[in-house]
Amino acid sequence: MMGLDRDRLIELVQVVVRNPLRAFLSALGVGWGLFMIIITVGAARGLENGVKADMGNDVANSMFAWTMSTSIPYKGYQRGRGLELDIDDVRWLEANTQHLDLVCPEIQLGGWQGTNNVIHGKQSGAFDVSGAIAQYQKAKPMNITSGRFLNQADLDAVRKVCVIGSRVQDILFEFGENPLGETVQIQGVLFRVVGVYTPKGNDEDAQNEAESIYIPFTTFGKAFNTRDRVGWLSMLIKDGVDAEEAEEATKQLIKSRLSVHPDDPRAIGCWTMAEEFQKAELLFSGMRLISLLFGSLALLAGVIGITNIMLISIKERTKELGIRRSLGATPVRILCQIIGETLFLTFLAGLCGLVLGVGLLEAVDGYLEGGGDAGVFRHPEIDFGTVLTVLCILLGMAIFAGILPAIRALAIKPVEALRAEG
Amino acid sequence: MLALRGIEKAYPLAGGTLPVLKGIDLNIEQGEMVAIMGSSGSGKSTLLNVLGLLDGFDSGGYDLDGVDMSGLSEKQAARYRSLFLGFVFQSFNLISFKTAVENVALPLFYQKVPRRERQKRAMEMLGKMGMDDRADHLPSELSGGQKQRVAIARALITEPRVILADEPTGALDSSTSQDVVSVLREVNGSGITVIIVTHEADIAAKCDRTIRLHDGVIIEDGRSGDVVEPTANGAGSTD
Ligand SMILES: Nc1ncnc2c1ncn2[C@@H]1O[C@H](COP(=O)(O)OP(=O)(O)OP(=O)(O)O)[C@@H](O)[C@H]1O
Ligand SMILES: [Mg+2]
Repeated sequence: MMGLDRDRLIELVQVVVRNPLRAFLSALGVGWGLFMIIITVGAARGLENGVKADMGNDVANSMFAWTMSTSIPYKGYQRGRGLELDIDDVRWLEANTQHLDLVCPEIQLGGWQGTNNVIHGKQSGAFDVSGAIAQYQKAKPMNITSGRFLNQADLDAVRKVCVIGSRVQDILFEFGENPLGETVQIQGVLFRVVGVYTPKGNDEDAQNEAESIYIPFTTFGKAFNTRDRVGWLSMLIKDGVDAEEAEEATKQLIKSRLSVHPDDPRAIGCWTMAEEFQKAELLFSGMRLISLLFGSLALLAGVIGITNIMLISIKERTKELGIRRSLGATPVRILCQIIGETLFLTFLAGLCGLVLGVGLLEAVDGYLEGGGDAGVFRHPEIDFGTVLTVLCILLGMAIFAGILPAIRALAIKPVEALRAEG
Repeated sequence: MLALRGIEKAYPLAGGTLPVLKGIDLNIEQGEMVAIMGSSGSGKSTLLNVLGLLDGFDSGGYDLDGVDMSGLSEKQAARYRSLFLGFVFQSFNLISFKTAVENVALPLFYQKVPRRERQKRAMEMLGKMGMDDRADHLPSELSGGQKQRVAIARALITEPRVILADEPTGALDSSTSQDVVSVLREVNGSGITVIIVTHEADIAAKCDRTIRLHDGVIIEDGRSGDVVEPTANGAGSTD
């Protein structure tokens, strides 16, 4: 009904200018509330970004599966049968799946934790040693810092080559010594180093990754006598396929291949990144909601402050409102004026809080980008949608804040208003 | 133009009611200049407020320009005030944080007149009052007489049919008072009905007609020269 034309704006500015201290004090609460919302939501987002960056070494559509023992008798087999996968099962799975892009067999030397199993010259260390295929990098991205990763030729020719993590290099090699072309001895077998990598991400998982060694899957089977045996599968779910659906379908495929009862809950273990992300997502949206809730409470306190100030202001300006009435102002115009003033004050305050909050976030972001360290805290930010939501909440509250003073103003009869002091 | 028939009004009081207007019959024609006199508490302001639609009444009838004003809503009252009536008060009632020209233009704001035209008309009206050189002054920077001129300019800006003035000279010295009354006389000369509540006989003498109230009843109504002043004052206004 009322556009904010220049006159109304002038009227509004006059209200603020007339009593700047009061305007400032009443604005403070709302400004603070909004500032708090921006900061807490932004901080929650920063934490979220930090945690997600730590998950960066994992691919969002990755899935892992491994075999255990059966818990339901099936097709003449007793329960408790130990299950194993071999390379033929992998090929079969690859050929029959409709949900997966990539199936990587993997196998690891077990039982060596704490025992020095890898030697180079006088140095030795205890590292995870895995057999993998060339495509493994897609399931677990890493930064190759020198040399290369395993390739198909390594696998086909069953070469005794290895790719080592950066920590392995640090421990086994002298500072400045180039490990490429050097040999390391793994459980008595010599392997030539063809590449060095650093893991992506910086969580505990990534630390472990840096202390790993990869050798061709085929070579692993020969050298350590595991032949075609597969420890577990690293897989990639096709784009657009639901993770849960892919997980269930893949489990069923493996069960049918290994003659396991379809309802056996224990036989096949499976883990998808998407579910992990979902859990994290739930946590973070919870955090966002809580910060929004508490911020809104702070905002509400601020808005109540504004209502209070407006009520005092109405009382003081009774005479002025009476004069306006005598000059032809209808009740609706008075109502609009009071609500308009409240809105203006609230929004002015809100805007200050918003600008300060976003400014602070940007400053922190700039500091972090510039190399400042804040643990798992990265790129705090607030998206436009949240700002819009907050502004809508503010709008609602501001109208709410204006209604009581407006009603109070209208309850005064013109003649009484004119008789008032002031 | 203005016709009151048996207007009665009482204020609610702790132990009952206080009757203030006790059956007022009054006709005022377009273009008249009328003084309302009477001792303090006789009901002059109350009568003027009823005439100005700022206050209601308990019984009786009020026709403004032939239209019955009883049972008017606040919104309708505001419209009639805006279209027909202009007010001048003893205490000027200018809005303190607005300049003279802003004060004068304010009634047009409520008539939704565009800003430029408002500004222009307000300046013209200030010019007629000889106040155009003070257009950008705040009320606090003006003398009493100047404030009342600005207030009269504001009352006239909407080209009302009736000006209602409640002791417009009550806060002014005698020469300034004469000044203000001359202005109101001029206003009346252009055909606008002027009704002035006053305690001062010489102000009333400038009007065509004087009505005397006593205890909520009209006790005299006649040509100004004929009315005799019973006491020297009725001063000590409670307004
Ligand atoms: N709001 C009110 N509530 C109760 N009584 C009132 C109210 N306004 C006026 N009165 C009473 O009504 C009577 C008339 O008041 P009014 O203001 O009309 O007098 P007046 O003739 O204008 O007096 P003055 O010359 O002092 O201005 C007075 O007795 C006053 O006390
Ligand atoms: Mg009075």
